Amino acid sequence: MSCYKGKYADELIANAAYIGTPGKGILAADESTGTIGKRLASINVENVETNRRALRELLFTTPGALQYLSGVILFEETLYQKTATGKPFVDVMKEAGVLPGIKVDKGTVELAGTNGETTTQGLDGLAQRCQQYYAAGARFAKWRAVLKIGPTEPSQLAINENANGLARYAIICQENGLVPIVEPEILVDGSHDINKCADVTERVLAACYKALNDHHVLLEGTLLKPNMVTPGSDSAKVAPEVIAEHTVRALQRTMPAAVPAVVFLSGGQSEEEATRNLNAMNKLKTKKPWSLSFSFGRALQQSTLKAWAGKDENIGKAQAAFLARCKANSEATLGTYQGGALSEGASESLHVKDYKY
Amino acid sequence: MASASLLKSSPVLDKSEFVKGHTLRQTVVRCFPNAVPSSLSVRASSYADELVKTAKTVASPGRGILAMDESNATCGKRLASIGLENTEANRQAYRTLLVTAPGLGQYISGAILFEETLYQSTTDGKKMVDVLVEQNIVPGIKVDKGLVPLAGSNNESWCQGLDGLASRSAAYYEQGARFAKWRTVVSIPNGPSALAVKEAAWGLARYAAISQDNGLVPIVEPEILLDGEHGIDRTFEVAQKVWAEVFFYLAENNVLFEGILLKPSMVTPGAECKDKATPEQVADYTLNLLKRRIPPSVPGIMFLSGGQSEVEATLNLNAMNQAPNPWHVSFSYARALQNTCLKTWGGRPENVKAAQDTLLVRAKANSLAQLGKYTGEGESDEAKKGMFVKGYVY
Repeated sequence: MSCYKGKYADELIANAAYIGTPGKGILAADESTGTIGKRLASINVENVETNRRALRELLFTTPGALQYLSGVILFEETLYQKTATGKPFVDVMKEAGVLPGIKVDKGTVELAGTNGETTTQGLDGLAQRCQQYYAAGARFAKWRAVLKIGPTEPSQLAINENANGLARYAIICQENGLVPIVEPEILVDGSHDINKCADVTERVLAACYKALNDHHVLLEGTLLKPNMVTPGSDSAKVAPEVIAEHTVRALQRTMPAAVPAVVFLSGGQSEEEATRNLNAMNKLKTKKPWSLSFSFGRALQQSTLKAWAGKDENIGKAQAAFLARCKANSEATLGTYQGGALSEGASESLHVKDYKY
Repeated sequence: MASASLLKSSPVLDKSEFVKGHTLRQTVVRCFPNAVPSSLSVRASSYADELVKTAKTVASPGRGILAMDESNATCGKRLASIGLENTEANRQAYRTLLVTAPGLGQYISGAILFEETLYQSTTDGKKMVDVLVEQNIVPGIKVDKGLVPLAGSNNESWCQGLDGLASRSAAYYEQGARFAKWRTVVSIPNGPSALAVKEAAWGLARYAAISQDNGLVPIVEPEILLDGEHGIDRTFEVAQKVWAEVFFYLAENNVLFEGILLKPSMVTPGAECKDKATPEQVADYTLNLLKRRIPPSVPGIMFLSGGQSEVEATLNLNAMNQAPNPWHVSFSYARALQNTCLKTWGGRPENVKAAQDTLLVRAKANSLAQLGKYTGEGESDEAKKGMFVKGYVY
């Protein structure tokens, strides 16, 4: 199969491999203005630019945390923001060996003729935007497609449309120097069992890799951000080892070895759950030609947010919570997490039914 | 909400209907009376009846579409060719001339507008859309955002415009538009690659589904560009592939075929091919293509002119209408309707009437061609001039 061999090929391969460095993972801090508003509201903080900046600064300047991160996904506003002393966030990251990433999709819209399924927008003018983001220091991008499990869902139309959108986004990113994170999230909502989730995940990933192939995407220069394979949110929970087995098996069946790393989304799992599941996957003795890491949003920030509560005097406490979760997940990528990184809220489920980003 | 009925169980085939020696394989489709509607059901939302009616109105006998949706940049080229500056006032003056041509609605059933024009008034202060409706012409709107390079292809293009299309379509409907148009292209000299064909077809299908969901009849236009040295057989081969894929994806996207219109290119040799084709040959190949690939539920096929001269475009259309067709076979012409009119106007108010007369002459000629009754008497030399521009960019 002939794939992208343009001027960024070597850089894409190097950056994708770096993001998958064992012991490191991604902080997803790309909440849109609307979504971050909800987070801030939950701790009674006003949704204004200074507060959004303050929260992100708290995270990026936590002493010792950046060593556990290979990348941070940003929202457009944040890419251009600075610390209180005037240092651009992208410089803070670069100095610590962390790659800045950028969310480039424009959200979901409904697919006509389906039962509430969606497709993701953002292809118009994407090439130009990628060029601007690269110039501003971004080196990877992210695009979130969403699918759901139901009696007749996901429909073939939804699968095809979302896979196609991901592939189009991916090649445009590569042509403009950004490593595309391919994210086909299958929502956890529902009362289905783990086998149903496994079946759907395998079908969706197969469609995604077929589409990436058709669009001549350079697989060595991409990352996958899938859901873990779990029972539905309304079903009984299972042990981390069971989740690990089903998830890794799904990847073995569908993901080409050329892809350097998988950076799982947490999708509403509690901080502790997400870490334990990732840890179990990395302890599993089976064929794993790609590294298994994290790209967590809520599952890295929840306790931190609660500890901060918008008050300067809490910054130390908040940063300690953030550091603890970063370290825990770093250990999970090595399969050495022993537990015990608990703080207030770490076990709290972060699932919101029919969650809208 | 209109939806086709669920599949009932298929008839069980009688053994005796089969050729001797072949074993019968019974196909039983189980009917689930209480099942959620299958994804096979077509769903064109609450606008289904209106879409069907609008499509039929545009596809009425003896009438076709005036394509006047040139983007500001392209309109600028037209104005420049008659020595006029590309200002809003000049574009307004030109479009006023077109829409107020007396009796235009006898020959023209629909007019495709550019966004600026949809929201404009004529120089007399009347809304363009109102003038058109009074003339018995359905207003349409170009909704695509133009062609850009297709990553991973052989220097081919894809058509942008899906982001936010649903809300834009709803706004255009509010403003009075009742059909939409989206032009993507396929290039034979560049392959076309499977990727480019797939992207063109899929983009059209998504646009069509979103349009119907918001009350606009989508005109489906995958233009197979005239550029190239290839012969008519190669065009025929590519056209069959493209249309097969377009209709497959339209079906996958639950598009209501009775509520769409097509805007194909005619099947002709490439512009730089040594062999030319007669109108009868063009008609023959093009009708074969339609019969093999276009379901009869599609009410109207409105051909684009793509650089043919005004007279060529009319002769070819006429040749296609010498016998009854399962669909209305008509025109959606821009240059092939406007060329002489533009030149006659030359930007001068005193020439408006004469210019409008030439527009009506061409509109009438194509109306006759739609009925298969065009004779070509009295055509001017200007009308016979080819309008092919190599590597033409809209």
